Amino acid sequence: MAATLRDVTTYDLKLAAPLAAGFVLFFVTPLAILLALSFQTDPQGGHYGLTQYVNFLGDRFSLGVLGSTLWLGVKVTALTLLLGYPVAWLHQRSPGWARGLIMLLVLLPLLTSVVVRTFAWVVILGRQGIVNATLAWLGLIDTPLKLLYTDGGVVVALAQVQMPLMVLPIVTALGRIDPNFADASSVLGAGHWRTFRKVILPLSLPGIVAGCLLTYAAAITAFITQSLIGGGQMLFMPMYIYQQASTLQNWPFAAAISIVFLVSVLVVVSIFNALGRLSRGYANA
Amino acid sequence: MVNASPNGPASPRGQTLLLDGITQRYGASLAVDGVTLDIRGGELVALLGPSGCGKTTLLRIIAGFLAQTKGHVMVGGQSIDGLPPNRRSVGIVFQNYALFPHMTVAENVAYGLDARGADRATQRSEAQRMLDLVKLGHLGDRAPRQLSGGQQQRVALARALAVNPSILLLDEPFAALDKNLRLDMQIEVKRIQRLSGITTILVTHDQEEALSMADRVAVLSQGRLEQFSPPTEIYDAPDSLFVNTFVGSANLLGGVLLDCDRSAGRVRLDAGGLIETRAPKGDLRPGARVTVCLRPEHLSVAPAAGDGDTLNGVVEMGLPLGATVVHEIRVGDGTAVKVSEPRIQRADLLAPGTPVRLAPVAPRLASVFAAA
Ligand SMILES: Nc1ncnc2c1ncn2[C@@H]1O[C@H](COP(=O)(O)OP(=O)(O)OP(=O)(O)O)[C@@H](O)[C@H]1O
Ligand SMILES: [Mg+2]
Repeated sequence: MAATLRDVTTYDLKLAAPLAAGFVLFFVTPLAILLALSFQTDPQGGHYGLTQYVNFLGDRFSLGVLGSTLWLGVKVTALTLLLGYPVAWLHQRSPGWARGLIMLLVLLPLLTSVVVRTFAWVVILGRQGIVNATLAWLGLIDTPLKLLYTDGGVVVALAQVQMPLMVLPIVTALGRIDPNFADASSVLGAGHWRTFRKVILPLSLPGIVAGCLLTYAAAITAFITQSLIGGGQMLFMPMYIYQQASTLQNWPFAAAISIVFLVSVLVVVSIFNALGRLSRGYANA
Repeated sequence: MVNASPNGPASPRGQTLLLDGITQRYGASLAVDGVTLDIRGGELVALLGPSGCGKTTLLRIIAGFLAQTKGHVMVGGQSIDGLPPNRRSVGIVFQNYALFPHMTVAENVAYGLDARGADRATQRSEAQRMLDLVKLGHLGDRAPRQLSGGQQQRVALARALAVNPSILLLDEPFAALDKNLRLDMQIEVKRIQRLSGITTILVTHDQEEALSMADRVAVLSQGRLEQFSPPTEIYDAPDSLFVNTFVGSANLLGGVLLDCDRSAGRVRLDAGGLIETRAPKGDLRPGARVTVCLRPEHLSVAPAAGDGDTLNGVVEMGLPLGATVVHEIRVGDGTAVKVSEPRIQRADLLAPGTPVRLAPVAPRLASVFAAA
């Protein structure tokens, strides 16, 4: 019996070995190199120390970029949740054929390339874009609004691109809720809104947390969309790192801000995770 | 409430419930077909029928989850057809209890009071009172998943009753419980129902449960009401072949109706012998082909007599079943007939192959229906 058990364990470990090797080779090792690099005081090598971190943390501009990136993630996540939850809810309440259609529409962004999607937004938001043209045609504006290269534009474009990451987990969570709960609630005297607030929303919390986590992580690292919609005036962490490494060849500083970015994201993610555990505590019965 | 005896007559305090010609169509299929039930206040009625006969559909119509295609639901003489579920004053216990997993037991019970705008203190004291009623007063702070099946069911009952509904609906409430617990809960539910005097509908496909708990049983088949009578009448005087075979067990024997009046009939059985039966149901003339239903306990086994005009057969096997003995007898036309007798009257099993004669234990026990 014990022997069998040990066999199974070694077998399992062997199965995981290729993945583990890949993980060490392509993730842990580069990360270690990155970490080592971030302690170099000078791009030309030389001493090790905390210079790069001191530089970053003492620099208002750098901190501003970090702050606006993390804040961008919050805004995108909030907008995605606001728009995505009703879609997931609609999906849940629809008959079979409509479900398929909604799911297709939700998944569509995943089926097109990021570059294409982002350029579509350039076309929509540009000075001669669809939005401005429509508003002008309706006589609501005389001069085109500036939509592209604005914070709002980036948030909207990112929200659209990340929508599936929010909708899918919420659809799953809503699907797990016993339909009798809503019936029980209404028969006990609750209207639709109370049923939603007191029963459906709390029970879908695990899905919300998962969706927010995915959306947030994807939004703050979305290099292409951030750069194309944000344009030159707006700088977010991924582009900042790219500039330092590629344009300025300041690899140690790029490494240091990568590490700072990584740690900041990990902090945010663990906050989400803690929330997730809290909500799972009572939603899984 | 205090004076009501658990076994007393239905309390007059409950509201009457009238289902008037309820029909429910799903696309082309009829799930419920013109069901009319006139239920007295405080009565416990069981909806009994095989799977898919429309029991849950009827319950969902009464609760307001489903708008019937035709017919009316009246509570206390007033139509509730236009009311949404949250304004119907109906309590329901779901088969899977549907306790809110993210709330404590006490919060579950207080949920309806909260929805009706009761203040915190009232909610707490009422929830406690209801939990005491179902003997779970000490478990208010638990999460539902920390309770056993029977306890969860009591909580569901307390939650449904806390808002003081006019009608209580129970959808197969005991199906998920094991046998001993089921009996306890059946007694418990009956006790609470009598105590509160609430008009109750119990959906079940368990005939024993229906017969033991209900004041009247409504037997449904394929969306139609077959019979609506007190349990003993359902068992002793079934209105249709379906009711006769669905409730209890029955031996079906073919025959020809010789003569009949309002109180009795006489049938010549294909397997041999004449039998005196209850008055035939429906419009049957002498000479008609009929099916005779004999319950196993309606017959007794006697030694074979040589002469002709009796129901004769051969023992196939005998089974001692505790208080009773059951013999399976192969009769003249090849039908296997079950006979159940008290074991104190028949100490020894009959050996297979023994020729025997079957006789009714009393006249006019058998029911007669037109041959299927
Ligand atoms: N939403 C629906 N759409 C179409 N047909 C339905 C729907 N709900 C129920 N039916 C059909 O209506 C009939 C009655 O169903 P119902 O659920 O009332 O049966 P039931 O008596 O409760 O059965 P069970 O004992 O299995 O719970 C069944 O034939 C079922 O297939
Ligand atoms: Mg059912």
